[in-house]
Amino acid sequence: MGRKLDPTIKVKRGPGRKARKQKGAETELTKFLVEGKTVVGRKKLSSRARKRAVKRAQVTKEPKQEEKPKKGFSDENNKWLKPAQRKRKIEQSEEAEDSDSQWEDDDDDNEEGFINKQMEEEDDDDEDMVDDYGADEGDDQDSDGEELLPIEKAARKQKKQTSVKPESDDDDDEEEEEEDDDEEKEDLKEDEDEEDTVQANFDETEQFKLPGAADRAKEGLLQMDLQTIHQRIRDNVDVLSHFTEKREEGKERSEYLSLLRSDLCTYYSYNEFLISKLMDLFPLSELIDFLEANEIQRPVTIRTNTLKTRRRDLAQALINRGVNLDPLGKWSKVGLVIYDSSVPIGATPEYLSGQYMLQGASSFLPVMALSPQEGESVLDMSAAPGGKTTYMAQLMRNTGMIVANDANADRLKSVVGNIHRLGVTNAVICNYDGRQFPKVMGGFDRVLLDAPCSGTGVISKDPGVKTSKDEADILRSAHLQKELILSAIDSVNADSPTGGYLVYCTCSIMVEENEWVVDYALKKRNVKLVPTGLDFGNEGFIRFKERRFHPSLKLSRRFYPHSQNMDGFFVAKLKKLSNTIPTAPKETEDEVESTKTETAASSEQIQKPESKQRKPSSTPEKSNMGKKQKLKQKKSEPPIIRKKAGVKSENKKSDGPKKAKIPKLDGEASKKSKKPDIKQKVKELNGDSTKEEKKEKSQLEKKKNKMERKKLLKKNINRMGKNKFRKLKNVLGQQESGQ
Amino acid sequence: MRPLTDEETKTMFEKLSKYIGENIRLLIDRPDGTYCFRLHNDRVYYMSERILKLATNISRDKLVSVGTCFGKFTKTQKFRLHITALDFLAPYAKFKVWVKPGSEQSFLYGNHIMKSGLGRITENTAQYQGVVVYSMADVPLGFGVAAKTTQECRMVDPMSIVVFHQADIGEYIRSEDTLT
Repeated sequence: MGRKLDPTIKVKRGPGRKARKQKGAETELTKFLVEGKTVVGRKKLSSRARKRAVKRAQVTKEPKQEEKPKKGFSDENNKWLKPAQRKRKIEQSEEAEDSDSQWEDDDDDNEEGFINKQMEEEDDDDEDMVDDYGADEGDDQDSDGEELLPIEKAARKQKKQTSVKPESDDDDDEEEEEEDDDEEKEDLKEDEDEEDTVQANFDETEQFKLPGAADRAKEGLLQMDLQTIHQRIRDNVDVLSHFTEKREEGKERSEYLSLLRSDLCTYYSYNEFLISKLMDLFPLSELIDFLEANEIQRPVTIRTNTLKTRRRDLAQALINRGVNLDPLGKWSKVGLVIYDSSVPIGATPEYLSGQYMLQGASSFLPVMALSPQEGESVLDMSAAPGGKTTYMAQLMRNTGMIVANDANADRLKSVVGNIHRLGVTNAVICNYDGRQFPKVMGGFDRVLLDAPCSGTGVISKDPGVKTSKDEADILRSAHLQKELILSAIDSVNADSPTGGYLVYCTCSIMVEENEWVVDYALKKRNVKLVPTGLDFGNEGFIRFKERRFHPSLKLSRRFYPHSQNMDGFFVAKLKKLSNTIPTAPKETEDEVESTKTETAASSEQIQKPESKQRKPSSTPEKSNMGKKQKLKQKKSEPPIIRKKAGVKSENKKSDGPKKAKIPKLDGEASKKSKKPDIKQKVKELNGDSTKEEKKEKSQLEKKKNKMERKKLLKKNINRMGKNKFRKLKNVLGQQESGQ
Repeated sequence: MRPLTDEETKTMFEKLSKYIGENIRLLIDRPDGTYCFRLHNDRVYYMSERILKLATNISRDKLVSVGTCFGKFTKTQKFRLHITALDFLAPYAKFKVWVKPGSEQSFLYGNHIMKSGLGRITENTAQYQGVVVYSMADVPLGFGVAAKTTQECRMVDPMSIVVFHQADIGEYIRSEDTLT
């Protein structure tokens, strides 16, 4: 329904919201209409008729202006389109040529004018908006407008004549294209523009397909300027997004992609490997956003230390010092983001007295996911520089206990400093390799593992990552992370009344370091993924290229610099279901299989009394381990391990796969000295064992004895004690000698 | 990690009582459990008994810090109090000194406090008495030793030193390494 074209209706005036709404066509028309013309004959003019009347009035004034170039409004229009000269518009209304513009409001007209002006002459526009002084400026603008016009005219002529256009025309075309979208134009002009733009696109695709091998080599020699490369990247992405329409005949998608890859490497200074990885991870539009986001810093954020102050008070104190800040977001009650500051944020008396800590926004997330409760025992396996540790302590209100561990002694100094500064009293700081952890101490309620990674999520902080990472680095990190996550899982106590959780997080976006590691943990241990409690962020991948992960990986979260404006991050929360360790059938490594057979043979030489919990098939491995440990000088086995049965079993198992090879070696060495018979048995039963074997017995004999011994031993796998085994061994030895 | 010997305990308590007097009792018997002092690598750590149990699992060379470090014993068995003890001493301090906002920064850089920067001082402060230094907003800034008695402070000229600097929270940035 149209607006009522009744001038007697009151229109709201004033600064309020309703006054800013469109005033209605009627009020505009009244300015234009000559009074006498509202009545024709006896009838009052209808709304349409009134409009037509106004149009007629205006069109007669300046018919010549229709020939003006299509680019934006003509120079005369420039005058009354300026914001500064709004008052003038009424005077110049007769000069307005575009009938369409009359239907709109003053504001609308001006806005459209702004849009056009901005597209054409951004600087002029700014000047207009700022300088609202008198007619002189307007005149200047007019003259500028007039200068452009002939050029534009000539350019358009040239455009129509030739197929290849100069760049300015391309810009014109693009702008015209945009203007097309914004305004209603006459059809002719529209058609022309479409042709122009389509042709422009073709030109562009042709341009960057031309580089064949020879051209690319040439490019390598002469430095292409970044502007050109950037333009080429944009165009390439455009073509790839609408490939069927915009592709060049005979050129494959892979060619476009390879060109894009090399351009991105040059423009953003990455190495090929990383760009390829990123192209796999992100769709092309997101890829550009991601790369751009990595060029700029994320905003500085701080975390209020609720042990000493409140966010409100801290914000007030900092504002008094001259800091410009805001709460971080509704997802955090302790975070503040700093926009700018007249004092160094890392040196204010509030900082020194421990009222806040400088911490990246993404580092809040794993601790929020873990949510340690008061009175719990928590382990932080890679604690440096201590931001997450102190956050956990403040959530626990200094109750319970936190063990902050880091493998790097230098970085531990900052942990000590931060812990003391923020007034954390329940923390113990130690310097172990995280993989040793279940041995040192176990049975924690919650564990946080912020694993060392390749750092591909924090490129904005460390641009060196762009060129220094390659396949080997990623795989090495992934290997370390897998070991660490298993140790972390083994350090959690599944039967904890309040906990049993592990949070695994990295500041990397690579799938090999994130979902793959978690998936590995799901296969190797009795754990499951649970929701992180973070309701924003992207979900983790279930599948990626040729890999397939467990569907529960959906519960993990990924964060990106270009979407959440925080460092790239990955968070996954796991719950441990049981303290027992699943057995080898889930494992696929050959070593472990051979270890199994070997240990089945060697059987329980040394059975620990605490092995009740373990499943039978796992015990041989452990007993073998125990034997090796006893025989070899394993010094760092603190007595505590004997007491904690659960920990020990886990410990053994976690060592198992890694040390699968070692038992054979040890077995060889030790058996030589002490128990030659065992050695023989082991060798015999190791049908597929490797180089360590020394053939003392002939193959035939071995095969003969194999079956016998297997039978004998297998009967007694679960039941034989240490001494009995020795007896059996002796018996078998006698048999051998007898044979 | 070992408990303090009697000698060491005496030395340390003497130093502490300079600042907090007899309130040392309150440090040991707290409502939320018993706390104790332990010595590790010549440093005295203040911790609750729960943490103590946990910390015994860690081997000596791998243990970096437990609870809160109060200070360390020098080679000649003198006890030096560290800034990290401030949180525990400040609430029980007997003699306090308040610093004007202008001289706050100067004290945080490690300078002594002059009369011109002195805001308030507790009555009856003896000379060479241990004091805790606060900012005007009652934020503890560090420790010191009073160079003049309260009476003398009133009479002396503005450029003379009234409090000798001993430890301040600026050390968290200036000498982070020496904390461990």
